[in-house]
Amino acid sequence: MAKYGFFLGCIMPLRYPGIESSTRAVADALGVELVDMNGASCCPAPGVMRSFDQTYWMAVAARNLAIAEKMGVDIVTICNGCFDTLFEVAHKLNHDEELRAKVNKILKDAAGVEYNGTVTVRHFVELLHKEVGVDAIKAKVKGDKPLKAAVHYGCHFLKPSNIKKIDDAERPRIFDDLVEAAGMDSIAYKDKGTCCGAGGGVRARTPDVSLKMTKENLDNMTSAGVEVIVDCCPFCHLQYDVSQPQLKDYNIPVLHLSQLLGLAFGLDKEKLGLECHQVKVNL
Amino acid sequence: MADAKEPKPEFTRKVIEAGGATVNLCFQCGTCTGSCPSGRQTAFRIRKLVRRAQLGFEEDVLPSEDLWLCTTCFTCYERCPRGVEIVDIVMALRNMAVRQGHMAEPHRKVAELISKTGHLVTLRDQDKALRGKLGLDETPPTVFSDSKAQEEVVKIASLCGFDKLVAEGGK
Ligand code: SF4
Ligand code: SF4
Repeated sequence: MAKYGFFLGCIMPLRYPGIESSTRAVADALGVELVDMNGASCCPAPGVMRSFDQTYWMAVAARNLAIAEKMGVDIVTICNGCFDTLFEVAHKLNHDEELRAKVNKILKDAAGVEYNGTVTVRHFVELLHKEVGVDAIKAKVKGDKPLKAAVHYGCHFLKPSNIKKIDDAERPRIFDDLVEAAGMDSIAYKDKGTCCGAGGGVRARTPDVSLKMTKENLDNMTSAGVEVIVDCCPFCHLQYDVSQPQLKDYNIPVLHLSQLLGLAFGLDKEKLGLECHQVKVNL
Repeated sequence: MADAKEPKPEFTRKVIEAGGATVNLCFQCGTCTGSCPSGRQTAFRIRKLVRRAQLGFEEDVLPSEDLWLCTTCFTCYERCPRGVEIVDIVMALRNMAVRQGHMAEPHRKVAELISKTGHLVTLRDQDKALRGKLGLDETPPTVFSDSKAQEEVVKIASLCGFDKLVAEGGK
């Protein structure tokens, strides 16, 4: 299988490094080769940076794309926010020469590089589903202890679907397929496709509003009898993990897909970084 | 009866140029507001925001707190029957709002950290220790491990005037 540039971003390596070690271990177990993108930066985060200045947002993203381009690899990320920025900027620059020239002028002056519009940006969920496949994943799963899992897609993995074209944005299956391949029961709950509440800079600026959205989701999950939340984004992960102790009445463990697969494959638990979660994970 | 406000097409044009090209397609059906997870918790009504942008009511739109209650979840964008690219409109308006000094301090701080370091959070001793324990490099192989790479990102901020924008809080 092809090699992929592993884009780290910020929240994963710096706040939930267990997601990084799990992703590396799971990719290795599945024969997906991840190579480091040395010198990469923040994607930069769409919530605040795109809101402030779209030229800066594109230029920093383009520098990250240029790193992968120079390495001759496509990018994979396990974060919806990084996916949103890198996918959207690549989409714009790969199709619009005039815009690319404008951004390249900044890149040349700042870093002596150019982006030529050749990189494809993949989300780990989509990559595993399409390139590895559900059967190959099932074949690695040891033991069977199905839990009722709330699959949380988040917003920017599938949307905007007119450019991402990964799965139906209203009734997707792709992520549920992987969680079920890992031996879980993906259960239906109210407003499953909705936002965790953290995005767009709302968590930083109006934490009370952000928390209300999260609480409504947690209530919906609780009514459905959920035993574990599975996310595919470190920012959603942080929102669910940090908010529960703040809201007090909730205690649902939160796993990133990479950690769930690590557990399901019987990988060394110590390397999954579960002990740094606020909500204890005893699965 | 209060006087009706006059539309200001110059501002609408600016919104279009800044990335809100589809703003005039909106026919005010309210599907967006009905889909909005943020509006469910607050008085934020995205339909009204789009209408005000369409009419060019700059003074109602740019200073408004509502502009910052959108989580950019794209639900409205997906469901809009007119193909209004609502999140792009929100982004265009926010870009203009910060240039008028409407920049919340928590956002300014995050932006400052990125413009100076290339990451939006810091690398603390406890993070290094945990990374080491998990078998990862204590410092991730990003700009944090490469000062030349970090300088490049800082330079992008200066070429775009981003460092100045955040240092001055948009004013
Ligand atoms: S859904 Fe679209 S057309 Fe309907 S009010 Fe919202 S922006 Fe306008
Ligand atoms: S993108 Fe923003 S305005 Fe639209 S539904 Fe989501 S939070 Fe509401």
